[in-house]
Amino acid sequence: MTALTDLTVAQIRDGFRAGDFSARDVAQAFNANVAAAGALNAFIVETPELALAAADQADKDRAAGTLKPLSGVPLGMKDLFCTQGVQTSAASHMLEGFKPTYESFVSQKLWDAGAGMLGKLNLDEFAMGSSNETSYFGTVVSPWRRAGGDNAPLAAGGSSGGSAAAISARLCPAATGTDTGGSIRQPAAFTGITGIKPTYGRCSRWGIIAFASSLDQAGAMAHDVRDCAIMLENMAGFDPRDATSLEQPVPQWEAGLSSNLKGKKVGVPVDYRVDGLDADVARVWDAGIAWLEDAGAEVVEITLPHSKYALPAYYIIAPAEASSNLARYDGVRYGLRDLPDGANLQEMYAATRAAGFGPEVKRRIIIGTYVLSAGFYDAYYTQAQKVRTLIAQDFARAFEQCDVILAPTTPSATFALGENSSDPLAMYLNDVFAVPASLAGLPAMSVPGGISKDGLPLGLQIIGPAFDEQTVLNAGLAIEERAGFTARPGQWW
Amino acid sequence: MTDYRIQGATGDWEVVIGLEVHAQIVSQAKLFSGAATAFGAEPNTQVSLVDAAMPGMLPVPNMECVRQAVRTGVAINAQINKWSRFDRKNYFYADLPQGYQISQLYHPIVGEGVLTIEADEKAGIPQDKDIGIERIHIEQDAGKLMHDQHPTRSYVDLNRSGVALMEIVSRPDMRSPAETGAYLRKLRTILRYVGSCDGNMEEGSMRADVNVSVRKPGEPFGTRTETKNVNSVRFVMQTIEYEAQRQVDVLESGGRIVQETRLFNPDTGTTHSMRSKEDAHDYRYFPDPDLLPLELDDAFVEACRASLPELPDAKRRRYEAVLGLSAYNAQVLTAEAETARWFEALLAESARVQKKSEADVAKASANWLLSELYGALNRLGKSLEDSPVGPQRGAELLGLVADGTISGTIAKQVFEIMLETGEAPADIVEARGLKQTSDTGAIEAVVAKILADNGDKVAQYKAGKEALFGFFVGQTMKAMQGKANPQMVNELLKKALG
Repeated sequence: MTALTDLTVAQIRDGFRAGDFSARDVAQAFNANVAAAGALNAFIVETPELALAAADQADKDRAAGTLKPLSGVPLGMKDLFCTQGVQTSAASHMLEGFKPTYESFVSQKLWDAGAGMLGKLNLDEFAMGSSNETSYFGTVVSPWRRAGGDNAPLAAGGSSGGSAAAISARLCPAATGTDTGGSIRQPAAFTGITGIKPTYGRCSRWGIIAFASSLDQAGAMAHDVRDCAIMLENMAGFDPRDATSLEQPVPQWEAGLSSNLKGKKVGVPVDYRVDGLDADVARVWDAGIAWLEDAGAEVVEITLPHSKYALPAYYIIAPAEASSNLARYDGVRYGLRDLPDGANLQEMYAATRAAGFGPEVKRRIIIGTYVLSAGFYDAYYTQAQKVRTLIAQDFARAFEQCDVILAPTTPSATFALGENSSDPLAMYLNDVFAVPASLAGLPAMSVPGGISKDGLPLGLQIIGPAFDEQTVLNAGLAIEERAGFTARPGQWW
Repeated sequence: MTDYRIQGATGDWEVVIGLEVHAQIVSQAKLFSGAATAFGAEPNTQVSLVDAAMPGMLPVPNMECVRQAVRTGVAINAQINKWSRFDRKNYFYADLPQGYQISQLYHPIVGEGVLTIEADEKAGIPQDKDIGIERIHIEQDAGKLMHDQHPTRSYVDLNRSGVALMEIVSRPDMRSPAETGAYLRKLRTILRYVGSCDGNMEEGSMRADVNVSVRKPGEPFGTRTETKNVNSVRFVMQTIEYEAQRQVDVLESGGRIVQETRLFNPDTGTTHSMRSKEDAHDYRYFPDPDLLPLELDDAFVEACRASLPELPDAKRRRYEAVLGLSAYNAQVLTAEAETARWFEALLAESARVQKKSEADVAKASANWLLSELYGALNRLGKSLEDSPVGPQRGAELLGLVADGTISGTIAKQVFEIMLETGEAPADIVEARGLKQTSDTGAIEAVVAKILADNGDKVAQYKAGKEALFGFFVGQTMKAMQGKANPQMVNELLKKALG
């Protein structure tokens, strides 16, 4: 029999309903895996008791015939979502020990749907990073190892590195993520799992610790496309407490899944096929194109000419917003306070923020402060916003010619921990393919497409027009069915 | 006309003044959170998670505050911007939990408007004058630091944090403390009429930043200073007087005015420097990414327009043209929304009681309110809001005079009793036998007696000293304890004196 921890969300849900196992069995199995995986450092806080409590409730509900959509399913929660009474740190020393008195919209929806929480997942500090090396609570180690003896610990990606590592290592069947400039898709690609960032506004940002408000969007990470659809259905929805929340009904994405792409056009952006594109990445991309054709889609070439400016624009806009969003961490009301003897208010701010923020967060606050300052605002921020508009227009034009876009998720497979950490620009390049969809607020997903010559997963990215997560999911499903991606990391931890 | 001038050693100086008025918007809840806004609550009892800037909390615009700003804009005939946007003004301070204030720098909700101040000869305003209003934008108020609670620590009260303000920015169109005072009073009047701000400067719900510069008449504007948070009309005027004189002194002694922020000291009536432009903050304004642009449709703006009451200028014109009141009375009755409301209630009741048109009862009503009622309230130290006599009782009293039941003199007595006891005027008249007599026989008898007792005066009258007629009237009224119908007394006396 398959181990319970190898099951997908849909399989757990359905097997639990069918009486094949109890919710408690499932929770215990995952709790055991979590407890045994300290070497991965995927969790900042483990909450086995909460997983068990939800499981016991699910077992009661099953007996009473009052099952909910996610009854019996335990989940991991990225530690950027505020969870009532459970430390919510954003992986920052600044918020170490902070226990919110409130529950984020998204996590509350999941609990209301019957899911339980296995723990709070590690991430880059304030979601700033692409390798999960900036966490105050330590680096997440990918469960993957290169084939051929190189035992160097690898990056799980970031910022949702804890989520990716935990799913890949079977510590949870699915998890929440957030994506500001690739933070769901890139770690999903690095760890051979599936992750979707929906249209900006689908998931309320209420109760999610802000990085860059105009880009931040919660999404789902899981083993496969169906699980992403299930998760997203139970995370999305209008929330009057978020002024940017979409006032639209949540589609039944799971019921709408179909890998038949007859009549659909898939756009392949020629601009992304840059000189020096990694051969493995190019090979998997070509395979993806063939799979979608096989599923009935027509392939068309499109251009996204302003995508090459996306990364610089992103690294102006996101830090600008972050520099302001993170101003509230001042030591006055909650979180860390560093008050040297005889310090005045300004000195307390300086000491608190110097001690509370890590180097990457400081770097982005400084960049953001600089680009917003008098005399530089127009040259940087205004210019970047114009680029953002042009990028959105690129996509709008492209979607006149196609229904969905296929591109690589990342320019390469994952890398060794420490390899890029001294070179921020090299690190930022990880998100070169992911950032354009973020700037345009479009739904985008990464599905496993194949394996690199080193035996590491590579992702394929599918980008859709606003509000059309269904087509994105369906194209993802078509790839999933044809890619036959069964590789999984061997358990070394 | 004499222009307001500062006399300096080098000649006359003209003063140029602009005001930025911060007016707290009347609303049950704050601008971006559901928290309540009552004044004077215990510290930190009106603070939501949003106001305290807890992690993950988001602002959502309170459309009631938006509505109030639009109504105010319509009331000053301003352009309403159907597309506006919120910006963040970034700075660190302990009373600002978010580390930024949400305001509107680039695209305010209300554009150019105008406010007319009335001529006031005595104050040196020879004719009505239009003061331009550049913009009104909405923004969050900050919390309050309390330095007097502990010897070495400061406390923070966030009750006010996030409360909605309108910042009403005038053009530099004012030229004297009197004009500025008139502008501020007029603005307060309009805000109170509209109901968008209670105008209460003592409680801080309205405060002004005063921009002052001086120049030789005809020359370009001088460098201005900005005196922050002045919280009464009188202090604003004092600020201008002091600042203008200070600037003239600096300039005439060869100095130069520094563009700076200053503070007014109410104890000394002087201002002092707070910070200069050189160490001014870089606020790093940028559009608030948590909020979408504010888009209003025509229906919303029209509903705001339709919801406005008759405004003071229109009301004043109507009181003069339709009700036939004097310009002075019309001005006084419309200067405060509460006065006009009271007067109109009195007017409606009087018209009903007397079965006449409002125009027919307007003068008597206005006169009684402004002389009798105001006199009494002044004496009692009360305001119209807590007057012991309401509009209905007032109208009943005026009705008794109009229909001849009592004389004007008796009415004064009755009113005094009303103030004390709150009884209905008709009951007072009845119980105390104050009813005016129109009994010809009774009055004739008294007249005959008075004339008989004063034979010498009758002779003088008949000899041509007609001024004595008033004496006979007085004697007759006195003998009848004021209750005789004065008109009949006149007639019967004339007849008797032949």
